[in-house]
Amino acid sequence: MTDNFNICIIGAGAVGCAIAQQLSKYELNVCVIDKEEDVCSGTTKANSAIVHAGFDAVPGTLKAKMNVRGAELIRQLSKTLDFQYKQNGSLVLCFDENDMPKLNELYERGIKNGVSELSIISGDEARKLEPALSDKVVAALLAKSAGIVCPFGMTFAFAENAAANGVQFRFLTEVSDIKADGNGYVISTNKGDIKAKYVVNAAGVYSDRLHNAVLDDKIKIIPRRGEYVLLDKDTGDLVSHTVFQLPTKYGKGVLVTPTVHGNLLVGPSADDIDDREDTQTTAAGTVSVKERALMSVPDIPYNKTITGFSGVRAHLDSGDFIIGETKDGFFDAAGVESPGLTAAPAIGEYLALMIVKKCGAKKKDNYISTRKNIPHVAELAPDERTKLIKQNPKYGNIICRCENISEGEIVDAIHRVPGAVSLDGIKRRVRQGMGRCQAGFCTPAAIAILARELKIDEKDVAKNRPGSEQIKESL
Amino acid sequence: MTYHQLVIIGGGPAGLAAAVSAREAGIEDILILERDERLGGILNQCIHNGFGLHTFKEELTGPEYAERYIKKVIELGIPYKLKSIVADISAKREILYVNAEEGAVTVKAGAIILAMGCRERPRGALGLPGYRPAGIFTAGTAQRLMNIEGQLVGKKVFILGSGDIGLIMARRMTLEGAEVKCVAELMPYSGGLNRNIVQCLNDFNIPLKLSHTVTEIHGKQRVTCITISEVDKNRRPIPGTEEYYECDTLLLSCGLLPENELSKAAGVALDKVTGGPVVDDKLQTSVPGVFACGNVLHVHDLVDYVSEEAERAGKQAADFISGKNGGGKYVPLIGENGVRYTVPQKIDPENMSDSVTVRFRVADVYRDRYISVYYGDERVKHTKKRICAPGEMEQIVIKKDSFDLAVPEFIRICVED
Repeated sequence: MTDNFNICIIGAGAVGCAIAQQLSKYELNVCVIDKEEDVCSGTTKANSAIVHAGFDAVPGTLKAKMNVRGAELIRQLSKTLDFQYKQNGSLVLCFDENDMPKLNELYERGIKNGVSELSIISGDEARKLEPALSDKVVAALLAKSAGIVCPFGMTFAFAENAAANGVQFRFLTEVSDIKADGNGYVISTNKGDIKAKYVVNAAGVYSDRLHNAVLDDKIKIIPRRGEYVLLDKDTGDLVSHTVFQLPTKYGKGVLVTPTVHGNLLVGPSADDIDDREDTQTTAAGTVSVKERALMSVPDIPYNKTITGFSGVRAHLDSGDFIIGETKDGFFDAAGVESPGLTAAPAIGEYLALMIVKKCGAKKKDNYISTRKNIPHVAELAPDERTKLIKQNPKYGNIICRCENISEGEIVDAIHRVPGAVSLDGIKRRVRQGMGRCQAGFCTPAAIAILARELKIDEKDVAKNRPGSEQIKESL
Repeated sequence: MTYHQLVIIGGGPAGLAAAVSAREAGIEDILILERDERLGGILNQCIHNGFGLHTFKEELTGPEYAERYIKKVIELGIPYKLKSIVADISAKREILYVNAEEGAVTVKAGAIILAMGCRERPRGALGLPGYRPAGIFTAGTAQRLMNIEGQLVGKKVFILGSGDIGLIMARRMTLEGAEVKCVAELMPYSGGLNRNIVQCLNDFNIPLKLSHTVTEIHGKQRVTCITISEVDKNRRPIPGTEEYYECDTLLLSCGLLPENELSKAAGVALDKVTGGPVVDDKLQTSVPGVFACGNVLHVHDLVDYVSEEAERAGKQAADFISGKNGGGKYVPLIGENGVRYTVPQKIDPENMSDSVTVRFRVADVYRDRYISVYYGDERVKHTKKRICAPGEMEQIVIKKDSFDLAVPEFIRICVED
């Protein structure tokens, strides 16, 4: 079986879905394929969830451009596509007067990159903004435009909006080879061949493999693992800004930040690894991240830790993203590491325009420009909540007691397009199981609901990809 | 807004016993709010026996024990709502609950009894390194899946933590045909009851490795193997002591945490050691008219003690509703030198009952030591204990008439040679 598309996007992370969302405005036949069972299953699922202001990247680079534009787009799209975003501002802490030139350099870069509302403030001013900061802070770079975002929510919003506008999603579809065939490309996968006039490489830590299958000019992704520690929601107000550190002789800094959901997030480490799927946490990595974060905020209550995780970033030694048409009809979005999440919508916009220009596609007349998220019923006022429950009693049946998630929300998550087919898919869409008990109480119910809605056996309900089923035997 | 004299949050063993006793003390208008689809709480999944030796002088299973109280609640016509979860409590004793039939409803209560129980410490809170595959469960989750849903979570099982649920599940999974490889415990002693170690591990030749912990979880999709290491006296893994166990499942029984998010919302002060509310001899929290009992107050070893405590809470809440308030001067109770905490944390000698049971846990395994009680600097009790262990709750009784001559400034409970 061979399927024909105008465009095939490989990789359903933030970048792939952003490109799909932008392309879905046009009269094009687009598909997104991913080797995992759902969108948002690679680097997008495990990162700092930060909208960087844009002072980090070297002026003139793609990273700088995409970062600043991406931050602006996230602000806009969070409203039209309904995902959680908060402009909380960020601080880069300086602990040593001798490091002031480095802080000034970041400020200068920010100005050159077009970042607004940047200022350097004293240690005391920083502590006034954030009383939990260390006495050792001598100065800080304040970036009021920085923010935090739900990386899952943003990616699902892009994917759902793209799907509503006709983009097809294919999961558990792993690419083995790509070949030019004169009139486009043939993408060989475990689910058969896919033909596409244009190919977009948004394969994250695997983007070098796709690139190298097509181009002679080889690149090499270095998988770089980052470990994080996540704390209970009752610690989420310890700081209100995202708190970075200036790199010191002890290494690249770690951040302390609230998340849009109200947790406190600490991390990441940075370890270059061989295995692109090596998302282990390590004892040493966890200890190091925790200790380094204490330099910024000395009283982080680590006894309130609810989980630790790690993600793998796609690092290129060249230092910049590779974005653009690197071969006729082959578009790269490779090496998208930090600030990749922020940059994702800008990369989507940039590549979509490039592709549209090349193929001369017209805008759709019936483009659906908005999308509503699944309601979080616990956040509604009691009378609104009652109204919704009267319409659909499942919204009144609370399954996840820590995050207050109802059966109705879980069912919605399963029936969205693309919908959740795994426990992790539900978790990322509606936060069932993301709270302090880490799915201890609600796992049995989530398994039962998923099995019922997908009409599969409970034994076949998986945490994520096939092979991760939770039940061994029904008695 | 509807008003009830007494609202009880939780229909497990604590909530049920509290309801029965409050009704027997004359409170007519009671409402029990239970989030699950049946009364009985966690007892419903505890199908093993050993419950009720103190309360009923016979050995019952968990569901049988619960049934005795559920019957009483029904006989007494005490109203309860199932699948109704409390979303918020205010210091003014207004309770917001949610269910599918009514939506989000606020009720006002004359008194509240907190009986929400506890939760298990999850993997993330333990900081166990390695992958995060399928096949990692807290013991209670696996127990629910097995005993309520009829699902076996694994065939080759390793258990970390020797809490009672972990020990019970070691036996349970063995009986269902799984191979339980080993139970590892971080501490140099078990956190569970001795009888469970004998009946659930020793009888099935399941090894218990004390002073060991999991240092790596292997497997990307499903657990394939775990590494354990011996730990030093600071509980740090000792390099070179690694052992590998092939398994498809890791069960965790590493401690229970009283679930007090609602209590916090109501402004109830919590005890850092127990994780539960600070209460007086009437089991009243820092918020007047809000009482606490059972595992939400502190984690118990036996349900019999939960019932006894909850009966007291029910009686005291009834007194509060009838206008019998305390208001005397509190004497703090201090646990020290091997006594980790006390419940209650303070006593009102003027208004207390004739006697008050004070429960506590010790910090280590002690043999042939004394439990001593001091009123100020005066030792008033000195009781020899052949053995005390952190896994088993201890208690002393303080009598009202012991304060006839003088009221001390504080009461200390400690372990002594």
